[in-house]
Amino acid sequence: MTKTIRIAAGQGFWGDWLEAPVRQIEAGPIDFLMMDYLAEVTMSIMQKQRSRNPEAGYARDFIPLMERILPNVVKKGVRVITNAGGVNPEGCAEAVVEVARKAGLKGKVRVGLVSGDDILDRLDELMAGGHSLKDMDTGRPLSDVRDRVLSANAYLGMAPVVKALDRGANVVVTGRVTDTGLTLGPLVHSFGWARDDWDRIAAGTVAGHIIECGAQSSGGNLLKDWRSVTGLDDPGFPIVEAREDGTFEVYKHPNTGGVVSVASVTEQLVYEMGDPTNYITPDGIADFTTIQLRQAGRNRVAVRGITGGPRTDMLKVSIAYFYGYKAVGTLTYSWPDAYDKAKAADRILRARLKNLGLEFEQILTEYIGVDATHGRLAGPPSPDLAEVELRVGVRAREREPVDRFTREIAPLVLTGPPSVTGFAGGRPRVEEIVAYWPALIDRREIEPHVRVDVLEA
Amino acid sequence: MAAKPKPAATREVQLRYLAHARSGDKGDTANVGLIALEPEYYPVLIKQVTRARVARHFRGMVSGVDRFELPNLNALNFLLHGALDGGGTISLKTDAQGKVYSTALLRMMVPVPTTLARRAMKKAP
Repeated sequence: MTKTIRIAAGQGFWGDWLEAPVRQIEAGPIDFLMMDYLAEVTMSIMQKQRSRNPEAGYARDFIPLMERILPNVVKKGVRVITNAGGVNPEGCAEAVVEVARKAGLKGKVRVGLVSGDDILDRLDELMAGGHSLKDMDTGRPLSDVRDRVLSANAYLGMAPVVKALDRGANVVVTGRVTDTGLTLGPLVHSFGWARDDWDRIAAGTVAGHIIECGAQSSGGNLLKDWRSVTGLDDPGFPIVEAREDGTFEVYKHPNTGGVVSVASVTEQLVYEMGDPTNYITPDGIADFTTIQLRQAGRNRVAVRGITGGPRTDMLKVSIAYFYGYKAVGTLTYSWPDAYDKAKAADRILRARLKNLGLEFEQILTEYIGVDATHGRLAGPPSPDLAEVELRVGVRAREREPVDRFTREIAPLVLTGPPSVTGFAGGRPRVEEIVAYWPALIDRREIEPHVRVDVLEA
Repeated sequence: MAAKPKPAATREVQLRYLAHARSGDKGDTANVGLIALEPEYYPVLIKQVTRARVARHFRGMVSGVDRFELPNLNALNFLLHGALDGGGTISLKTDAQGKVYSTALLRMMVPVPTTLARRAMKKAP
């Protein structure tokens, strides 16, 4: 019998459905549970939390989740891999050890801790050493925003995950390991794939891409025949069943909702795609134009044919910096003439902001129900619209004008066009903008600093 | 005088009857993956949903368009640059992450052979 490895997705982002990992462990057999918590700006949110509380800085809801699932994880021999560690993987790993002890699982849990991705404290040294860390999109040097940098993390690949698993960890907690590395790691560990077997590395990377957004490949957010997707009150999250040769199938547990089809997998494959022949990760390059999909059964899609190429000498770095302030105010105008009333209110609001001498980097007006998502492509609205929501956003480098803007929304209710409602939520909140700065760095500057520790519960 | 060969009759169909789509973001760029609803529609997408036409469709909304082909998935991938008002956390747009740019592309009208148009409309979602 050919050995297969089952890797189940439990979270597609920080804030995903809390029942999913529990269902993945309880509703059928799996070998690994993979949970991706980190999006581009998540690290900066976590850094901000840690600056207020040194024990914070990771996905806090991962801990109550572990309280729920750890006994079953141990009992069923499932191994958990997650980047929930954020900017404090040490704190997260120690919290898991604590959960294990409290649950009476002493001696049964080994927590792998992957760190070394955090380069915030090394930025000046790296820049002095000639690494400009310029913005990949704009080409600007990091020195432009250096004094406002809040977090800086290199994207690590699967190697430290493999090492933690090789050393017997049954829960692996990492910082900024790539989404795909969390799936590729257990495959390389289980099958002993060579690190330069580029086609297999690419196959494992594609497997990771398919399940890294959770139910988005198993019926969630599926546009094709969306009415036919049933059971989304209990969506089955995707599971990869892989073989040593790099072929795999995507499926979900029986008796769960959603659908795994060529269409559902294809929609996820093209999600956030750039040049499909050149999908770059720290572990290698995958060519998405080689992926062959076939419906292999009900809620089961077979994937094969994937080829790839060598990894590059560079790692991507995710830097977050403080940008400024923004706020969004909304008011709802009702029939008759809903759209005209909303437009009149926008003119009045803008005139008042101008009269106050407030300066903004941008003021953006959208009319929800008319043009907010498709702009002019939506065409002219029906003259009979039941209601329109006026949505005005402002952005500035300074807090003061944004704060004053938030006090100019409610007055429109009694001093502007009629038939307005929807202001019960109080005045809009001023938000601090933390912006994303993608850069590249020579991997030789990072890899010697990567650490793998194993904590015994 | 020999008669010119009669061109195949065509009619305009909205892209939503020929394809499904999903979009995402990278910075200020939105991507739209456009997937043929039936394999037989894919050559029509290749021929009609060109980079130039997509750029025209989104004129004033994006600063540039790239197109990639994935014949293995009956799909095209479009990168719509400058589509997200700065993108990420800077953007003030409702759709700051380009999640529904996909459906905006499906509004596009494309000419297709009448017989194919009839089949596509019959299976209309």
